Amino acid sequence: MAAPETSTAAVPSLYTNNALRNAFGGVLSFFILLLIGVMAFSIRLFSVIKYESVIHEFDPYFNYRVTQFLAKNGIYEFWNWFDDRTWYPLGRVIGGTVYPGLTLTAGTIWWLLNSLNIPLSVETVCVFTAPIFSALASWATFLLTKEVKGTGAGLTAAALLAMVPSYISRSVAGSYDNEAVAIFALIFTFYLYIKTLNTGSLFYATLNSIAYFYMVCSWGGYTFIINLIPMHVLLCIVTGRFSSRLYIAYAPLVVLGTLLAALVPVVGFNAVMTSEHFASFLVFIILHVVAFVYYIKGILSPKMFKVAVTLVVSVGLAVCCAVIAVLIALVASSPTKGWSGRSLSLLDPTYASKYIPIIASVSEHQPPTWPSYFMDINVLAFLVPAGIVACFSPLSDSSSFVVLYIATSVYFSGVMVRLMLVFAPAACITSGIALSQSFDVFTRSIKFQLPGISSNTEVDAAETSSATAEAQNDAVKTEKSEETSKNRPSKKSKKKEKEEKPSTKAKAEKRLIALPLDSSVISLLLLILLGAFYVVHCVWAAAEAYSAPSIVLTSHSHDGLHVFDDFREAYAWLRHNTDVDDKVASWWDYGYQTTAMANRTVIVDNNTWNNTHIATVGTAMSSPEKAAWEIFHSLDVKYVLVVFGGLVGYPSDDINKFLWMVRIGGGVFPHIKEPDYLRDGQYRIDSQATPTMLNCLMYKLSYYRFVETDGKGFDRVRQTEIGKKYFKLTHFEEVFTTHHWMVRIYKLKPPKNRIRGKTKKSKSKTSSASSRAKRSGMGKKNPWH
Amino acid sequence: MEKFWVIFATSIFILLPFTCNSFSLETPTDRRVLVLLDDFAIKSSHSSYFNSLRSRGFDLDFKLADDPKVALQRYGQYLYDALILFCPSVERFGGSIDVAAIINFVDSGHDLIIAADVNASDLIREVATECGVDFDEDPSAMVIDHTGYAVSETEGDHTLIVSADFIKSDVILGSKKITAPVLFQGIGHSLNPVNSLVLKVLSASPSAYSANPKSKLSTPPLLTGSAIALVSVIQARNNARILISGSLSMFSNRFFRSGVQKSGSSTKHEKSGNEQFLTEISKWVFHERGHLKAVNVKHHKVGETDEPALYRINDELVYSVEIYEWSGESWEPYVADDVQVQFYMMSPYVLKTLSNDHKGLYSASFKVPDVYGVFQFKVEYQKLGYTSLSLAKQIPVRPYRHNEYERFMPTAYPYYGAAFSTMAGFFIFSFVHLYNK
Repeated sequence: MAAPETSTAAVPSLYTNNALRNAFGGVLSFFILLLIGVMAFSIRLFSVIKYESVIHEFDPYFNYRVTQFLAKNGIYEFWNWFDDRTWYPLGRVIGGTVYPGLTLTAGTIWWLLNSLNIPLSVETVCVFTAPIFSALASWATFLLTKEVKGTGAGLTAAALLAMVPSYISRSVAGSYDNEAVAIFALIFTFYLYIKTLNTGSLFYATLNSIAYFYMVCSWGGYTFIINLIPMHVLLCIVTGRFSSRLYIAYAPLVVLGTLLAALVPVVGFNAVMTSEHFASFLVFIILHVVAFVYYIKGILSPKMFKVAVTLVVSVGLAVCCAVIAVLIALVASSPTKGWSGRSLSLLDPTYASKYIPIIASVSEHQPPTWPSYFMDINVLAFLVPAGIVACFSPLSDSSSFVVLYIATSVYFSGVMVRLMLVFAPAACITSGIALSQSFDVFTRSIKFQLPGISSNTEVDAAETSSATAEAQNDAVKTEKSEETSKNRPSKKSKKKEKEEKPSTKAKAEKRLIALPLDSSVISLLLLILLGAFYVVHCVWAAAEAYSAPSIVLTSHSHDGLHVFDDFREAYAWLRHNTDVDDKVASWWDYGYQTTAMANRTVIVDNNTWNNTHIATVGTAMSSPEKAAWEIFHSLDVKYVLVVFGGLVGYPSDDINKFLWMVRIGGGVFPHIKEPDYLRDGQYRIDSQATPTMLNCLMYKLSYYRFVETDGKGFDRVRQTEIGKKYFKLTHFEEVFTTHHWMVRIYKLKPPKNRIRGKTKKSKSKTSSASSRAKRSGMGKKNPWH
Repeated sequence: MEKFWVIFATSIFILLPFTCNSFSLETPTDRRVLVLLDDFAIKSSHSSYFNSLRSRGFDLDFKLADDPKVALQRYGQYLYDALILFCPSVERFGGSIDVAAIINFVDSGHDLIIAADVNASDLIREVATECGVDFDEDPSAMVIDHTGYAVSETEGDHTLIVSADFIKSDVILGSKKITAPVLFQGIGHSLNPVNSLVLKVLSASPSAYSANPKSKLSTPPLLTGSAIALVSVIQARNNARILISGSLSMFSNRFFRSGVQKSGSSTKHEKSGNEQFLTEISKWVFHERGHLKAVNVKHHKVGETDEPALYRINDELVYSVEIYEWSGESWEPYVADDVQVQFYMMSPYVLKTLSNDHKGLYSASFKVPDVYGVFQFKVEYQKLGYTSLSLAKQIPVRPYRHNEYERFMPTAYPYYGAAFSTMAGFFIFSFVHLYNK
């Protein structure tokens, strides 16, 4: 609701005299921004209110653990941290493989608060980092949109971004992930770029590089910036919009930005060596060539210039061809063409599924479905086209940037559902522009035709329209003042005047556009309704859809609310009942949580940097018991943890992820073949399943003693009875199963103390029977009986 | 305090599969022995053997095998350190003892001596099978040797055989050579060749075979030649030791005292080798010999003494361990030149033989490989007759810190020069450009 209100409220305040109006507008927009910040922060607290102040999901646990380390040991220890509790026995150099932005940010906040004698725990700071930064992100959106289309559009866009569900999904309290700060950094970097482009100030250009540096620190998505900005520069050059401002906006960013990016350990020489960054260097060269050509053009006569052009073009083309050939040869010599797997799967959406199952296996790397667009950006999807149209009237450097931003991010969001997050700010900005422009038109029409104020219509109308184009005016004003103070060459001011002329023309035209009163009132109401619908949806999404921490699950059923706290139960069991140096094997999804919550060494975790190691675990999970035992034993594994949802119907369990384990394992160890686990191409675990499937470790660990729950072994996720119900484990023993059987922990049996002789005795049955009786007696009590 | 820490450390380092380990680390020799007999006549007929055990300080507790009060443990504590089963014909043990109880007794680190005989019961056979020894399945079969039998007054059926085919191990059989051959009368057993825990101590001669002496051979015997084991020992993974013999009579006073002459051989020994053989081997089984312990596992950087929590790649380090052998009364330094240490991460990066100072201290110094990760110092020492030593100690190896690299590299001086000259050039250029009007 805030969005429409703000812009309607902002308009009447402009009806007094100039200075007072500006002052009122300034104060009002300041308070509106403050409220937007409060809203952005508070809408993300649903998770804390509904659940508890806890870190969410998987990656945030790692970030939390790193932040704890940082808070405890300081920045140098963090930089040099060699973590021996993950990726056993390889270990991981955390300092050199992590994007430190988020950690350093939260660490700094914590340190600042503590030195102010506000004793907050590291966890609290981590939980609330994301909401704080979403408030900052909506302010950055305001600044960016204001640069493009004026204050009204800025406020609308900020309000939209403050509650866009796509962004909420990654920044609720507790969702302590890189994206939380990176989206702010992204928008702020874009804002500074646009600001530099509009002002041509080297000061903002430097700030821009620093903001870019912060973005590089925060998230691997910085490559989006370093590719989008060059694209925009290229667009400007091609459309004949080259100016010294463009040069100032771009050249320092490339030079300083690259130097700064190379300072981040995880990026290092990648900043100059991988293909993701080549576009920026290429455009950097082109920009200089173009600048040089403009300079030559200025000092030569037109005829001479033509001669020079033909000369240079022919020579230049030859040189360029040679350079490009060398470059292509260099790039082609590397198997991935110098691109990282994730970037390649962006350019070729089928790449990952063909070659890198480990990237394809992550659900957030899948393409989104259509409903997810409606879920994540809701009505913005309809407003975006209108916003794009609004950006074209008139097209400026900055509005062309917005168009380019939304065009590219739509594509990327279509490839990877995770990048919806990059798309959301663009959608908010364009929708904000669309909304505020249409409000402008409608309110002006109403005011134009209301009888009470029709006497001074003309003046008002002129004033209104001037107010609508405030952005441009602002920009022009500031530039003018700068020019006067700094005595710049007059060329630019001339250009400004040129630009101003069409805009005054536009004003004249705008005055003529006045819609009928009734239709504009109705449209206004409809727009407000649309906004209201958006707000309702956002609040619902924040409260219901995106606030679940995923380590605690809830379900509503006819007999009330059920809470499934099995994950923490299992991790607590591990923490209290196993030795400090014991190694726990599980599928990589649970690695971060195990190290953070159980404080035990894991074999693989969510930082999937070593495919072979993950494939080893995948192979073990898909092997029969004995082979699996040998693999795990060689890795010194003591406990194996599997997540099983068959009892309560938790769908993202290990059995549903199992085919990825087979694929990833089979990618490195070819004796694991996917067809062995499929019956006629179908993945099934019922009586029709293949023997390989029924004998693999994952099946056995998931369904061991499962038949004891209901007597039939009915799996509620797969909606079928399991294929093999009664079996014993020979090399593993069950040590812990959580309340709802969601996490099951097994211990590797030690190697046999003796090796039995060959003689088979009929009597030997009695001894094993007795031991079985003992085991079932000792075994965990079934909570369902 | 120091000593306590050492004990604590070694108990962690010795990776025994079962935490409940019977031999105390200070005196591994057994003390209390339960002897289960078919009937008390054996107590007197085999008194020499029992006396030799008693004279070495063992506390023998004789019980009938089917005594209903016999028990191995009470309140979860084992009452005995070792068990001697001289009851080949027992069908059911009395009290709470069954096969599983005996196996658990062994699996918790206790020692066992089994003597079977012709018509050994299924119970005894099953215990033996659990330990990895398969007796001839024909219940009435005996080991027969028509060329290697013991010469006696009556011709007999050549089931009393003579064997001198001992295992070549001073640890198991003692350093004094057993000159007289051993008399044996009983059933043979076979071992699974892939079973690495079982050792054939006394094997039959190549001409022996296992069959029922009273019936005619209709089919070729299943067990023939030196594949027949007469006496075997087993050292389980938890270092519990088991002796399995196919003959109870070889422990008897009669066999101990009788002279022996192998058929076709002119030398007649006044006394058979049974006493020496069985006494020596019982010393081994009851951990009076061949028991090693490793203490004081230490490692540190060269030139330092404190043990670091982790190493850096390319550090020079010293690893040392003290290994002692139990002599029956005290711990003596163990001297060998084949103890090796591995610096291990999924595969050994360094494999080095430890040098020793003849006082039990083994040490080696080497350079940490240029690979970071979580390594282990591993000593896997498995030598015939000795208890296995399996030490593993985890130690992470980290890469260089950011400030441990060379700050100025000579090869990079052109680049430094380029950078600084560009800066200077730019400065001069700017100066000239701005003020040259």
